[in-house]
Amino acid sequence: MSDIPILSLIIFIPLIGVLFLLFIKGDKDFVDKTSGYVAQLTSIVTFLASILILVNFNYKDPNFQFIEQHEWIVNFVNYKVGIDGISLSFILLTTFITPICILATINSVKNRLREFLIALLLMETMMIGVFCSLDLFIFYLFFEAGLIPMFLIIGIWGGERRVYSAFKFFLYTLFGSIFMLISVIYIYFDTGTLDVEKLLNIQINKDYQKYLWLGFFASFAVKTPMWPVHTWLPDAHVEAPTSGSVILAAILLKMAGYGFIRFSLGLFPDASVYFAPLVFVLSIIAIIYTSLVALVQKDMKKLIAYSSVAHMGFVTIGIFVFNKQGIEGSIFQMISHGIISSALFLCVGVIYDRMHTREISKYGGVVNSMPKYATMFMVFTLGSLGLPGTSGFIGEILVLIGAFKFNYWIAFLAAIGVILSACYSLWLYRRVVFGETKNEKIKSLSDLNAREYLILAPLFIMTLVLGFYPALLLDLISLSAEKVSENMLNYINLVSRIK
Amino acid sequence: MIDFHNIYPELFLMLAMLFLLLVGVFIKNSFTLIKKGTILSLLLCIPIVYINFDNQLLIFNNNYSINFFSNFIKIIILVASVFSLIFAGQYFKRTNIDKFEYMILVLSSTIGMFIMVSTNNLIGLYLGIELQSLSLYVLASIDRNSLKSSESGVKYFVLGALSSGLFLYGCSLIYGFTGSTNYLIINENFSIENLGLIFGLVFILVGLAFKISAVPFHMWTPDVYEGSPTSVTAFFALAPKVAGIGAFIQILFIAFGTAIEEWKSILIFISIASMVLGSVAAIGQTNIKRLMAYSSISHVGYALAGLATGSFVGISATLTYMSIYVVMNIAAFTCILFFSRDKIYYEDIRDLRGLSKNHPVVAACFCLVLFSLAGIPPLAGFFAKFYIFKALIESEMYLLAIIGLISSVISAFYYLRIIKIMYFDKEVEKFDDMSGLGIKLSLASSTLMILLYFIVPSFLLNLTDIASKVFS
Repeated sequence: MSDIPILSLIIFIPLIGVLFLLFIKGDKDFVDKTSGYVAQLTSIVTFLASILILVNFNYKDPNFQFIEQHEWIVNFVNYKVGIDGISLSFILLTTFITPICILATINSVKNRLREFLIALLLMETMMIGVFCSLDLFIFYLFFEAGLIPMFLIIGIWGGERRVYSAFKFFLYTLFGSIFMLISVIYIYFDTGTLDVEKLLNIQINKDYQKYLWLGFFASFAVKTPMWPVHTWLPDAHVEAPTSGSVILAAILLKMAGYGFIRFSLGLFPDASVYFAPLVFVLSIIAIIYTSLVALVQKDMKKLIAYSSVAHMGFVTIGIFVFNKQGIEGSIFQMISHGIISSALFLCVGVIYDRMHTREISKYGGVVNSMPKYATMFMVFTLGSLGLPGTSGFIGEILVLIGAFKFNYWIAFLAAIGVILSACYSLWLYRRVVFGETKNEKIKSLSDLNAREYLILAPLFIMTLVLGFYPALLLDLISLSAEKVSENMLNYINLVSRIK
Repeated sequence: MIDFHNIYPELFLMLAMLFLLLVGVFIKNSFTLIKKGTILSLLLCIPIVYINFDNQLLIFNNNYSINFFSNFIKIIILVASVFSLIFAGQYFKRTNIDKFEYMILVLSSTIGMFIMVSTNNLIGLYLGIELQSLSLYVLASIDRNSLKSSESGVKYFVLGALSSGLFLYGCSLIYGFTGSTNYLIINENFSIENLGLIFGLVFILVGLAFKISAVPFHMWTPDVYEGSPTSVTAFFALAPKVAGIGAFIQILFIAFGTAIEEWKSILIFISIASMVLGSVAAIGQTNIKRLMAYSSISHVGYALAGLATGSFVGISATLTYMSIYVVMNIAAFTCILFFSRDKIYYEDIRDLRGLSKNHPVVAACFCLVLFSLAGIPPLAGFFAKFYIFKALIESEMYLLAIIGLISSVISAFYYLRIIKIMYFDKEVEKFDDMSGLGIKLSLASSTLMILLYFIVPSFLLNLTDIASKVFS
């Protein structure tokens, strides 16, 4: 097993699929059909490869595994990849969501399907690359390269205001990440290496740590997104096609959360402690403010987008309370949000494909004509508001426990967000699914077809499985999360003892 | 006499130029023949330069240097010139500028550029610049029937003459205070206390900055770029920029090596001004040639930022930047020369609407090139910018690095706008299909180089590293 470069394989399998896609020739129907098969096959092979990694993964080892290293830019950057439990859970999320995205794409995108699939597979490569890379430069490269396909996805296949949203998305994230680039280069000159494994054991000069932390924060905060730089997200979500929204919500946002855990906490413990109050304030504002904003939305996708911002607020709080429950909870919350929010976007996609509107007021009484759909939608809505028995609950409760341990007030204010999320989720559900049928078209809607079942069922199962048996995921991440939090707590103890 | 074998490349080009001139005079309608001859002689010149690649020589009484650095730049100049001829394809015929003088002028300006980067003497530098510029003035106005082309030639000439005057005035000051025009002797006798020398330094820098169109001496660029025939614009954007930067490096690090602190502040200002103005002013442009003009201004700003570090890492970063810049511009201008329909060449970016539907391959290539010009990883343009920023941060010039990065975000906006027009807008009529091996070859090779640069990034870096060591 050890001699196969399995991580490189899983990063680049989607690229091989892209190469095949480029060379398909023929009339439009043939191209669309074959490229659908090729893309689906590629993504499933990638998923199986990631399962293979999971099988061979050593749960008892908190260090990085499957490390591969090659010299790339002489004396400067090594191509180095490796994973621990945290990265692996995100890789699995990526490879799990992508086939579902492709399946959802194949019949709903009519225009330039092949190009869309190429963009999706490119995104998959970039996203897996981000979670695998153990060199800051490689990380930056993958982190940024994802901009190109996502820009095209929003811009070409998006809704009416797609151009505005695509530009906003691109320029916001580019602007955020240039500061990370400066920090990365500075780290190189300060420590002489960009190897994450080595950097985790080196103390970076304390005088500069705060600036470097801010550099990384600028990038991650835009990507997370944190209040007040979250405004690109609702626009991008609303205008992106369904599978674009899914990729955005499920995985792209998680790159920032992953970055916070791996780099902000790992490389700059001093600055993380120093800036933790800032993160708490921003996160609590995000949770309460965006929840209130979500309440008044008229567009379903926009509502879910704002709820994403609120949920990511929990994630950042969990990360910066530094204890094991908080970090575990935030990772769990990210994975569960990845599953549930993509399911919600797909649910919106299902009725959007039938009605061609996302306005909430146009709906009502969907349950009469689509009972099975209503059931699915209900489980995901309840998951989103964190009902016990769904995966959303575990993440939220862990974060709140972690926050209580750290500071009573933070937990109290964050808990308000839980109530608000129940308000807007349930109200959305009531307005769309229940109530009287005002719109004549609703009466003639057909229930879920086989393909839609196939898309929603895996997400449905995962939501409930993780809700009833969270150990499935917690076992994977607990050792690595414990390592991160132990490092941080030891560091804080050290500082307080010196004082 | 014994030194002549070291300047075979220059001699070869000169003989080829004279021979082709004779052919042109005596054989009627010989444009195609002479074009082929020019391309062939430029290509043949590459191995001739390559033979003496590793030599490190100072010849003609220390007035002319042949070394890794000058040879490296010469090869880039040759490649750029060759491509600027082959990717034009049918352009010469269709726009009636198929006059054989065109080729002769390209050759003579190439010789001028060779002299610019090799010379170690102010007089030599002046002659090189003039040989290059005079050819370019004529090239700009080669389309006699077009008012715009003539106007751009005159504009370029008048402003160019002014800058040459400033340059010469600087030379005379330097000569007066150091007693020589040789770089090495200037370096020995240079004293930063002497105000006259500083004045001379400033005037020389102004003259050179004009040639590479750095702000605030950039005013001619957009007009000349727009007015000249597109193939000439492409040539302007490629080879003379590289030669100008080469001359900049030579004179700064050899002649004024003792005054680094003095010229550093000038370069920092020029570089910031070019980056910011190039990025901001391009936003409003709709003519793609004008847009490329502003884009080249901002790119020159980045290249100068590398030099502003005053370190060898900076030189190496600048050389890498210019090499990648040339490749990107080759690809970009190949695409621009493709946008034609029935002998009419389109320059408004709105004419590119829906290009991705009509010509998916060209649109995809152009899209890659634009992302690369904007500096998005993993394309070559990102690495070019990255090395510059790395050099800047190594020299602790954080302000310049941050301004550079911010202006690169601003410039991303107008590159994205073109992509938006190509990909997001409804299509209009098709352009003519791509014809000619030259266009296909140059588009394919340059795009592949941009796309696949990340696989072996060390190769170019090693070369420029060695080239920058020449100055230690």
